[in-house]
Amino acid sequence: MKVFKLILKNALRHKLRTALTILAIAIAVMAFGLLRTVVTAWYAGVDASAANRLITRQAISFIFPLPYSYRDQIAKIPSVEQVTYLNWFQGVYIDKNQFFARMAVDPETVFDVYPEFLLEPEQFQAFKRERSSCIVGADLAKQYGFKLGDIIPIEGDIYPGSWQFVVRGIYKPRDKTVDGTQMFFHWQYLDERVRKESPDRAGQVGWYVIRIADPAQSGAISNQVDGLFKNSRAETKTETERAFQQGFIAAAGAFITAMNFMSFVIIGIIMLVVGNTMIMSARERTREYAVFKTLGFSAGHMVGLILGESMLISMLGGGLGLFLTFPFVAGFSAAVPKSFFPIFNIEPITVILGVSSALVVGVIASIFPIQRALTTRIVDGLRHTG
Amino acid sequence: MGTRRLTTGITVLGVALVVFVFAAVLMMAYGVQKTLVATGSDQNVLVARKAANGEISSIIDRETANIILTLPHIAKSSDGKPIASGEPVVIINLDKVGGGLSNVTVRGVSLQVFTLRPQVRLKEGRMFTWGARELVTGVSIAKNFAGSQIGNVVRFAGDNWTVVGILDSDGSGFDSEMWGDVEQLLDAFNRNAYSTLTFRLDQPDVFTEFASAFNKEPRLQQFEPKIERRFFEEQSELMAGFIRILGIFITVIFSAGATIGAMITMYAAVANRTVEVGTLRALGFRRRSVLAAFLAESILLSLIGGLVGLFFASFLQLFSISTLNFGSFSELAFSFALSPSIVISSLLFAVAMGLVGGFLPSVRAARLNIVSALRSA
Repeated sequence: MKVFKLILKNALRHKLRTALTILAIAIAVMAFGLLRTVVTAWYAGVDASAANRLITRQAISFIFPLPYSYRDQIAKIPSVEQVTYLNWFQGVYIDKNQFFARMAVDPETVFDVYPEFLLEPEQFQAFKRERSSCIVGADLAKQYGFKLGDIIPIEGDIYPGSWQFVVRGIYKPRDKTVDGTQMFFHWQYLDERVRKESPDRAGQVGWYVIRIADPAQSGAISNQVDGLFKNSRAETKTETERAFQQGFIAAAGAFITAMNFMSFVIIGIIMLVVGNTMIMSARERTREYAVFKTLGFSAGHMVGLILGESMLISMLGGGLGLFLTFPFVAGFSAAVPKSFFPIFNIEPITVILGVSSALVVGVIASIFPIQRALTTRIVDGLRHTG
Repeated sequence: MGTRRLTTGITVLGVALVVFVFAAVLMMAYGVQKTLVATGSDQNVLVARKAANGEISSIIDRETANIILTLPHIAKSSDGKPIASGEPVVIINLDKVGGGLSNVTVRGVSLQVFTLRPQVRLKEGRMFTWGARELVTGVSIAKNFAGSQIGNVVRFAGDNWTVVGILDSDGSGFDSEMWGDVEQLLDAFNRNAYSTLTFRLDQPDVFTEFASAFNKEPRLQQFEPKIERRFFEEQSELMAGFIRILGIFITVIFSAGATIGAMITMYAAVANRTVEVGTLRALGFRRRSVLAAFLAESILLSLIGGLVGLFFASFLQLFSISTLNFGSFSELAFSFALSPSIVISSLLFAVAMGLVGGFLPSVRAARLNIVSALRSA
């Protein structure tokens, strides 16, 4: 117990220095928390993907469409429960800086395959009835103030011309891992107009999403689907939703690497600051340590004293930083448009990593002063002048 | 300053780390921008659909392209044909050398393309034969993607395309593309429209004149001409902006940590030299000089840290990164690039850290009471 009191007294000896160190650690832990959250936000799509969904797209790349006629052929495969299709529409709403996903879908089946988008039954019926209607996500509705009955005008690029969609429903994400920033409208509405204006592009969808009964069979079913269209003008590539999402992330791998690297640099900086404080304190106390040793304090006591102080400071800093991370991340998330990172939550793993890195820093920062305190001979220590 | 070598060293190292990251982030953003700016030329004009975010989402049918080419100020070659290239731009998936698929831009080009873009040269092999399903590949693609070297066959659109040559464009975005015959690509993809149309102006500085003629043509209302360089620069904005915002946000937080580190060191330095300060003051040095001396020490420390950080950051220029450009959704290779303004802002940043970190301790030193300072030994 006495040792703890001594640790506390030692830590408080230079109040300003200790306070500054704690502050530095807190800031670093906060930055670490933010960076990790950005990294996990990238992976959010992978985590949110369902095991029972397959995605079939054109084999060349995702920008090429697939014939609408593939739908029935895919649906005939046994153990395929439901097939739906989506078509990336893009276009410009207000100006080019307002991104959110705008997609043409099949109103009958899309919510069967994506049960995580929750929609009131009356709104669903209203959406199905009206060709030019659309559904928007709750987060999107909040950002732009969309209400039922509003008209959303969009200037097409891939599908040229002016388009207008009436909001007939607002879907709610089932939980925090679901993207609430998308807009869906009738594929038929798109196709009708394309048929009139550029007939050679009619009857095409972006990609198919297949719900299967047994996730264990996903490999076999994928091969079956791709086999159907082998050697056709539009060959397909089918993979699980998870693999599809991972492909997107792998393509941006350099950024993930850079951010991971930076989060380690942060830990390095905390280590330097805490280490510096501990080295200074230990040097100033060289004479005291010699006195302790003369009085018969064991090496274990000395280690406990220095390690304890280092741990106390880094845990206080880590705790404070973690406590501040939540409002800080919330502030960042409010500052960037919701559609940039549709899913932005602090994952438990981020908290665990933050705490454990503060612990590691506490241990490492005390190594050098401990080594010095233990190896300095009592006589030299007593002779030492600050 | 020489006393407490270890502590001083650690402080310098802290500043160096922060400056290294700060410079690296700016160099990365600048690298993306530099690559894409080099892609376009000031004398070329690129026409795309007004609403399009990039080349792949733009569509220009042949009829429209022909209307555009009748406008004044378009440069003609010696046989009277316009120096222009109507280009379908698509994305295909290829395997990266390190594993994983990525998106590669395939551009259909017409005969005039080397007159239009003189910076692009054939580095190895030969140009594709017009009318054959052959491709030439940019040097970065050849390096980073498996199966895209000379002699390899790339399979897409139900056909086999042989790679017959490698292009080099001095680090521009074309190094990250594959080129083929426009007619072959349109035919293979079953398309009948270009993505964009690029042509040369007959003299510099006539763009405004050209643009007003363009905007008067009622059939071209959905399209927009841009200086080619400007167009590609815009393609870099999304990504360069993202890197910059995130990077600066993070380094500012880092710097708070390093500044506090400097502050701790300087407070210790002041405490350590209380007697010295007392002596100096007794000898007649003013408070102001003491303040300046400590502040100068702190700034010197952080400036050294800044130089060390920059020194190591400058080696990053040897590395090039190949990754997905969000602006165009396809692979783009670029190098870290250092510019004078990055050097200056990194050093200013370091000095600012020293100034902020050293100010309070220096004030404390300057305000020491002579008598008690001398006695404190």
